[in-house]
Amino acid sequence: MAEQKKVRLVIERQDGPNDKPYTQEFEVDYRPGLNIVAALMEIQKNPVTVDGKKVAPVVWECNCLEKVCGACMMVINGKARQACCSLVDNLEQPIHLAPARTFPVIRDLLIDRSVMFESLKRIHGWIEVDGTWDVKDAPIQNPHTAETAYEISHCMTCGCCLEACPNVGPQSDFIGPSPTVQAYLFNLHPLGKFDAPTRLNALMEKGGITSCGNSQNCVEACPKNIKLTTYLAQLNRDVNKQALKNIFNK
Amino acid sequence: MANKPENKIIVVGGGLSGLMAALKICEGGGKVDLFSYCPVKRSHSLCAQGGMNACMDTKGEHDSIYEHFDDTVYGGDFLADQLAVKGMVEAAPKLVKMFDRMGVPFTRTAEGVLDLRNFGGQKNKRTVFAGSTTGQQLLYALDEQVRRWEVKGGVKKYEFWEFIKIIKNKDGVCRGIVAQNMNSNEIVSFPADVVILATGGPGQVYGRCTASTICNGSAVSAVYQQGAEIGNPEFLQIHPTAIPGSDKNRLMSEACRGEGGRVWVYRENPETHEKERWYFLEDMYPAYGNLVPRDVASRAIYKVVVHMGLGMQNPNRVYLDLSHIPADYLERKLGGILEMYGDFVGKDPRKVPMEIFPSIHYSMGGIWVDREHHTNIPGLMASGECDYQYHGANRLGANSLLSATYSGTISGPESLRLARSGKLGDALTEAELEAARKECVEEFDRIRAMNGPENAHQMHHELGDIMYKYVSVERDNKGLAQCMKELHELLKRWENIGVTDHGNWANQEAMFVRQLRNMIIYAMAITKSALLRDESRGAHAKIVLKSDYDQWDDAKKKAFDEKTGKYHFDAETGRAMTDDGNDDLVFFGRDDEKFMYTTVVSFDAANNEPEVSYREFEHSLIKPRLRNYAVAKKE
Repeated sequence: MAEQKKVRLVIERQDGPNDKPYTQEFEVDYRPGLNIVAALMEIQKNPVTVDGKKVAPVVWECNCLEKVCGACMMVINGKARQACCSLVDNLEQPIHLAPARTFPVIRDLLIDRSVMFESLKRIHGWIEVDGTWDVKDAPIQNPHTAETAYEISHCMTCGCCLEACPNVGPQSDFIGPSPTVQAYLFNLHPLGKFDAPTRLNALMEKGGITSCGNSQNCVEACPKNIKLTTYLAQLNRDVNKQALKNIFNK
Repeated sequence: MANKPENKIIVVGGGLSGLMAALKICEGGGKVDLFSYCPVKRSHSLCAQGGMNACMDTKGEHDSIYEHFDDTVYGGDFLADQLAVKGMVEAAPKLVKMFDRMGVPFTRTAEGVLDLRNFGGQKNKRTVFAGSTTGQQLLYALDEQVRRWEVKGGVKKYEFWEFIKIIKNKDGVCRGIVAQNMNSNEIVSFPADVVILATGGPGQVYGRCTASTICNGSAVSAVYQQGAEIGNPEFLQIHPTAIPGSDKNRLMSEACRGEGGRVWVYRENPETHEKERWYFLEDMYPAYGNLVPRDVASRAIYKVVVHMGLGMQNPNRVYLDLSHIPADYLERKLGGILEMYGDFVGKDPRKVPMEIFPSIHYSMGGIWVDREHHTNIPGLMASGECDYQYHGANRLGANSLLSATYSGTISGPESLRLARSGKLGDALTEAELEAARKECVEEFDRIRAMNGPENAHQMHHELGDIMYKYVSVERDNKGLAQCMKELHELLKRWENIGVTDHGNWANQEAMFVRQLRNMIIYAMAITKSALLRDESRGAHAKIVLKSDYDQWDDAKKKAFDEKTGKYHFDAETGRAMTDDGNDDLVFFGRDDEKFMYTTVVSFDAANNEPEVSYREFEHSLIKPRLRNYAVAKKE
């Protein structure tokens, strides 16, 4: 039998938010179709470094392992992506794993993305329905518009686009591509339209759409292939129109 | 309204059911503390793909709510509470409209109305859908509405908090919980009027399954050990079409077959002896074909691959084929999951057939609740997959998004009614809150100090292997008895776990050790219930062994012999098999007289043993009839 092929992982670890990062190397058995989450699970079963040191298992966040929940985003070989669908076969070895440092690190690869959910409050990220009770038939919708909405509604708040964006970080207040584009989603809906001015006004404020530098990294980084730059451009026009309206309606 | 007391409800779990309950509570004027393992937007409901059933009747098929009702009861092999099911199917169209108003981007027809697709076990088009990511879209809609209530002050979220256990007052009424912050590892007691568990399914008991890593049933097991009854835990759905993986079996939606996908294997034609594609589901079940219910499809795949030796062997696989369907149609209807198949398998399902095999998917069983979603512990309610309601012995595809949402519309308002009923006794005292907290802190400290030779994750893998081996598509009493023995051994070995992380900050390992014990104990409830249910019904299919036969009285033996025709017992396994040359396994039949009852399991703490009894349920509306998907349904 041929010798078991191994996969080497170089993992940037950090014990707590204020601790200094350090790296540890691990080796796990290769198998076809192995992905990064599965490799981390193997380390959990035998948390021993290549130097033979028994260590605490690597801490990270994951749920669905199907690229829908957005939890397992990390920086893999320098690129922000979902760990679950990052197949070892497609990665150069040794594989470098690091937390997405745009966000505060809690421990190892586990990060705190609560700022993204807070931004969804800021952009008024919901439809103002009267309630969950039965009201009437919902409005008919243009199926083509609905398809656009469907595309944007795939955003899983993973944070890849924020990690890739040069304007998100301590140097700027930019809330980032993902929450910004969500405003466009709600403005598309026949009931959501009613509150479009609220959302557009929110995007005029500090950290809103004017902080976007149009570097176009986000659209490359999005694991769901959402045409982020297209919608950012559209929103930019809508925000400008709204700004003019605001002036003339004063 | 002046001086109205503020009602506080704790909702544990932020999937569809928990979020729906939270919205209803806010609308009713209550306050919600919402606990979740993860940001609620990442809950497992988002893994549902194919759609949600509701009689919209927009395809000119004269679909009716009664037909949905009957399909659900029949599909569940007459073990579901029929009044509960009736309430659910009647509410379904209204819930779809609610989601539509909330902005769910449902797939639409050219005219702009909601499109419908076919799903298993139903002859009419009844499934509304948003491409192939319906669960994600429905969850996001509720997540958004809950965020709105969060801004308004109705909801306080505790995300990255793990539920540990409930706290009862001196009258035995549940009036709070103990939970742990998964980052700081701080353990805190929280008082409330009423507690609703909406913690989802126990798929992780089987290790590799279609469930998320967070679906471990730990919370359900915890309250079971505190006195909550479990209903029908032996009924676990095995989804026929999943992509097997070492870390997870990924779901390949029933919608594939709903949109025309076909399941086949190669075989030698019995007459021409030429190699051909055998569309075995279409052959075995001409009336429903590829859209038989999931229990039926999984058994058929198992038979063809494991017993007939067809399909891919080692690892076992059959083909699920979409390659005959135009690519642009597939893209519009199934885009998301086809992309997923490509991501994880590296092949394009638009061009080549997918390779799939059945996997543990959903638990019909769960915490026993009445139709208002009260458990047997006053003050504790349960809704969503973690309860046992609505699906009987087998769930129809696309009924889970419905039951999750609908149950939240019941448990939410009902929790407020209970909170205002004056029947809850005293609130927890500071001393009671502190005692419960301290107990959990001590337990966690003990786990952090565990220093044995066993690895918890390795043991979890073993647990999955054991459960798949004995309590899967086909079960028999010998295997189930052996399984109980092995689970008891595993529980003993749990004491010998060693952790390498002894810290008290984001210690995922220690939290997992605590969950693992709960998983093993829940696995016993599943296994013991399966052992004692001597019949086949829905997802529970039991093979007759010689040792079973030998224990029967003469009348029962005679009836079995007459019904089965010529058969023999396999010398090695003791399994009954037909003599017609196929060696088909002979299963127990459905036994309405003895087993048309809900299995109710209580925990015997002294022996770590499940105690099983049976309870009446409401089945007066549709008279039981035998299921046969080879022919069109007769009412």
